[in-house]
Formats: sequence, C-alpha cells, structure tokens
Amino acid sequence: MTDRPVLAVEELTVTLGTRSGSARAVAGVDWSVHPGRTLALVGESGSGKTMSVLAATGLAPRTARVTGRVRLLGEELTALDPRRRRQLRGRHVGFVFQDPMTSLNPVLTVGRQVTEACEEHLGMSRRQARDRAVELLELVGIPSAARRVDDHPHQFSGGMRQRVVIAMALACDPALLIADEPTTALDVTTQAQIVELVAGLQRRLGTAVVWITHDLGVVAGVADTVAVMYGGRIVEQGPVDAVFAAPGHPYTRALLAARPRPGGAGDDLPAIPGAPPSPLELPAGCAFWPRCPVRGDARCEHELPPLTPVGPDHRVRSFYRTGEDR
Amino acid sequence: MSAARDSQARRALSALRHDPPAVAGAVVLLALVVVGTAGRWLAPAGVNDVDVDQMLHPPSWAHPFGTDELGRDVLSRVLVAARVSLEVGVVSVGIALLVGAGIGLVAGYYRGWVDNVLMRGMDVLFAFPVLLLAVAIVAVLGPGLLTAMIAIGVVYTPIFARVTRAGVLSVREQVFVRAAVSIGASDLRIIRRHVLPNIAAPLIVQTSLSLAFAILSEAALSFLGLGIQPPAPAWGRMLFDGRGFVTEAWWLGFFPGAAIFLTVLAFNLVGDALRDVLDPRQLTLGEASRSTT
Repeated sequence: MTDRPVLAVEELTVTLGTRSGSARAVAGVDWSVHPGRTLALVGESGSGKTMSVLAATGLAPRTARVTGRVRLLGEELTALDPRRRRQLRGRHVGFVFQDPMTSLNPVLTVGRQVTEACEEHLGMSRRQARDRAVELLELVGIPSAARRVDDHPHQFSGGMRQRVVIAMALACDPALLIADEPTTALDVTTQAQIVELVAGLQRRLGTAVVWITHDLGVVAGVADTVAVMYGGRIVEQGPVDAVFAAPGHPYTRALLAARPRPGGAGDDLPAIPGAPPSPLELPAGCAFWPRCPVRGDARCEHELPPLTPVGPDHRVRSFYRTGEDR
Repeated sequence: MSAARDSQARRALSALRHDPPAVAGAVVLLALVVVGTAGRWLAPAGVNDVDVDQMLHPPSWAHPFGTDELGRDVLSRVLVAARVSLEVGVVSVGIALLVGAGIGLVAGYYRGWVDNVLMRGMDVLFAFPVLLLAVAIVAVLGPGLLTAMIAIGVVYTPIFARVTRAGVLSVREQVFVRAAVSIGASDLRIIRRHVLPNIAAPLIVQTSLSLAFAILSEAALSFLGLGIQPPAPAWGRMLFDGRGFVTEAWWLGFFPGAAIFLTVLAFNLVGDALRDVLDPRQLTLGEASRSTT
C-alpha cells in the first residue's frame, strides 16, 4: 500500500502502575490502518488489544505510561499538547464501545447525543445539529428517524442503540472508526446486521476501521488485515486471507481450530490448555511458550522470537515455521 | 411506543399523582407557600398588636388559636411565622445545595488529592452534632435570621457533598462519559451535559428531605433564642415562649408545634415519594417495560 496510513503506531508500549508492581499491558506493538481499510485486532481478554488502541488515541488511564510513536493523519500525536490532541482525536476518530446499554446518556434524547461531537468541533447550531442527527440516524438504518430523533435511549432496543452509537461515532465524518467489540453484547442476528452496517458505511464513506474483537468469524467477514495479540505483543499479523489460509503461529492455529464449524455439531471444540500470562510477570521468552503445543527447545523459554516474514506483509513471532506442515 | 417526549420529570409527576400521602404532602406544602407569601394579609390581626385585656384567652371565634401572655392573636403569629420558616428552609438548603453539590462534583470528578482534602473537610463538619455546630456558628456570627440561615446551610452542606460525590463517582465510570471524553468534550461540558442531569434525582430527594430538617433546626435555634429575634414571630420562638404556660395555656405551644409538625411531615412525605419515583432501580424497571424493539 502506498497511501498514507490514517493511524500508525510504532513500538507502542503501555505500562500500568498497579499496587503489585508495574504491568506491561502492551509491549512494543506496530500496526497501521489505511483509508477505507479495516484492521482487526484479535486476542483474548488482557492481550492488550484495547489498551493499545486507547493509548494510541490518548485515552489510556492516567496511571498508564505510554511510549512509542503514534501518527494520526500524518501528525505525531505524542508530540502534541493534550488540548490539541483532544481536538484532533475528537474531530477525526469515532468510537463505538462494547455495550450499547451504557454508552448512551439516559437523560438526553438520542438526537442531542448523536451530534455532540459536531457541536463541539464543527460549531454547528442547534438547528443544523438536529438536521444532521436525523440524517445520521437514517444513515444507520433507524426507521422514521425524523420522529425518533427526540426519543430517549431507553426507548430503543440493544441493536438500535448500537446503531445510534455508530451514528454518533460517524457524526463528524471521522477518518477513523474504532470499534471495540461492538457486537459482543448483541444477539447473533443483530451482530450480523451491525457488522453488515459498518462494512456498508465504510464502503460508502471510505472510513478506516480498527475492529477490536475476539470473534474470528467477524474478522473473516470485515477485516483486510489482522493482527493477533498475545501477552501484550503481536504474535502474527498479515492480510486476513493469508493468515486464515496459512496461520503461522501456534496460537493463531489454536484459535482457528477452536472455532465452531457448520456440520461439526456434537464434537467438542479443541480448547487451548492453560491461561494467558499475567501482565505482571510476562515470561522472558515467548509469552505463549507455557501453553504452546510446538515448544521446540529452551530458546522459546529464554529468548523472545522476532517477528519473521513468512509471506507478503505476513509476519509471525515464532522460531518455528509451523504453517508449512499443513 | 410511548409518547415521543416522555421525560423523566413527566413520568415522576404522573407516578406521584397516584400516591395519596404524597398528594396530601404536596397540598400542605402548597398551602404553606400561599400562607408564607400572603400570611401578612391573611392574618386577622397584627402580629404585635398587644391587648392586655385579652391575655391568655383560650381558642374562641374571635381568636381561633387563642391569645398569648401579651394578648397577641396566636393564629396571626403562626400564619406570619410561616414565612420565616419557609425562608430559612429555602435559603439555608439553597446554600447547602449549591456549596455541597459544588464540592461533591469537584471531589468526585477530579478524585485524587482534591477529593481527599474536600471530603475530609466535609467529614469534620459531619462529625459534629447538627445543633451543636449550628449553635457554634451562630455564636461566632451573632444571633439573627441571616446567621441562622448560614449556620443551617453550613450544617447541611456535607450531606449534599456526599450525595453528589457518590452520584458523580458512578456516573463518571459510565461508557457514555468515556464516549464524551473520546469525542474531545471539555470537563465543563461533560459535567453539565452528562454528569449533572444523571445525578439530579438523588439531589432533588435530598433537597426535599433537608428542607424538613432545616425548618426543624431553625425552630430549635429560635427556641434557644439564637434565631430570629423577638418580637418578630417564629414557630420555634413561640414554642419557647409557650413552655412557661404549658399547664394554664396549652394553645401557646400547641399551634406553632402543630405547624412545625405538619410542615416537616409534608416535606418528608413528598421527599419519600420522590425517592421512590426517582430511584434508579425503579426507573430501570419502568424502562424495561417501556423499551420497544
């Protein structure tokens, strides 16, 4: 890809000060997302996928220490003062959070909330904001939007609320949409609709999307590139087709194997034994080593495997080329 | 689908209508407001019309609440004193609400050392018995209506600070606040649009309950001679003056006492009803039955 990335992070590290010592939630991560493209960040809870995005956009908790470089639309965010960073983020990045039940303010009408960013950054009047709100609600497929713009959040179902949240995120025509497990709290049918909606809007508006998820089914459906995270590091990244066709890291392979498949009813799904490492005590070598089915030799325990290219734009953090024996 | 502009306030009002004690309380409060504003004209006689021929007359057609030891009409004095009680209640609770909610907002929103300093200060105030603290403040500032208001306001400030801080703490962790931060909204905007409206319910309830206690405190202060100064009428002061005549003239203490009792009861009834109606859990139940797919 030759075009400039919307958001690019390099060597991003996030250290959280906790009562029992400092925890490295993100340990040197590089990824980027280009206009109109979708990057999926995949990993289990605590793998650092959400934290890396929050840190990149300056939303990490105050106790976190963030190092590395972050460029939003070519501007180095880490060099900006907080005020300017806040403006830049608010104007160009839209967020969709996991739980649509709590991401809307119960005492304001959805119309007022949808256009909050516009009023803040584009200096819209009340009248303009209202028209824009109706337009946005129509865009995300809310029936009779002109009437529902004055409704309160409790008058909407979960799926409809998530549509409102998406409308809110898109209000300022952001260059980047960050979706943090936006379908997790929804039922399966609604999930599919929301995924479809975001994909359609992205095609129409040319927005870049970072989709944080642990659902590989969603990844296959929406992503162009995927980065699999484990223990605060990227263990595999590349074009989604390449990663799904020839997963190079034992963890990726285990994740893919653990997916339910049509026709496989009744069989037990293979699980990964053990639990992810605590960010307080990451192993010196490969973080996945204690659970790894390959586990070749003592190097895995003491030495961090480098991200090694295995194909075009496809890199794997492992000493072993496990993808080849498939 | 319920009506498009179905606001919290409207739902609260309609729920209150079906609560007889709340309606009774509201009626008493309404009457009190009328008496408080128009008491001077409703009173059959002047509050300080001394008539030594009419000393300590029991209730009669001419003086429905009787007369006091100086022959003054007790009914007129009770009616006019309503204004003092209401004024003290509203002004002192107003002070407590503004200062307390302000402190609670800042403490709960910014946390850290600001929170510690402010709330430990509130704890110190909270540790004193209400009346003792009020008496101490009046002792410093000198007795009178205004100082009584300030004293009572200070005494009730910590409650408002706590209620506000508790609300802010839970609201600021909500995802919609995080969302507002993510779009770059300023602290002031977040507090005004997202935090305050969501903690209004407990504050409204606390206000109505504190009004009752503030009126009681004023009665206690003027009973002790630290509130409004004679000959101006105040319920607590009248109670104090009547205590010397309990055996021969019960009406001197009974009517101002009944007025205090009714007022406090009315504020409590309305406050309790508001608490039930505005309770977040109650709201959630209401929402669940209303939400549509």
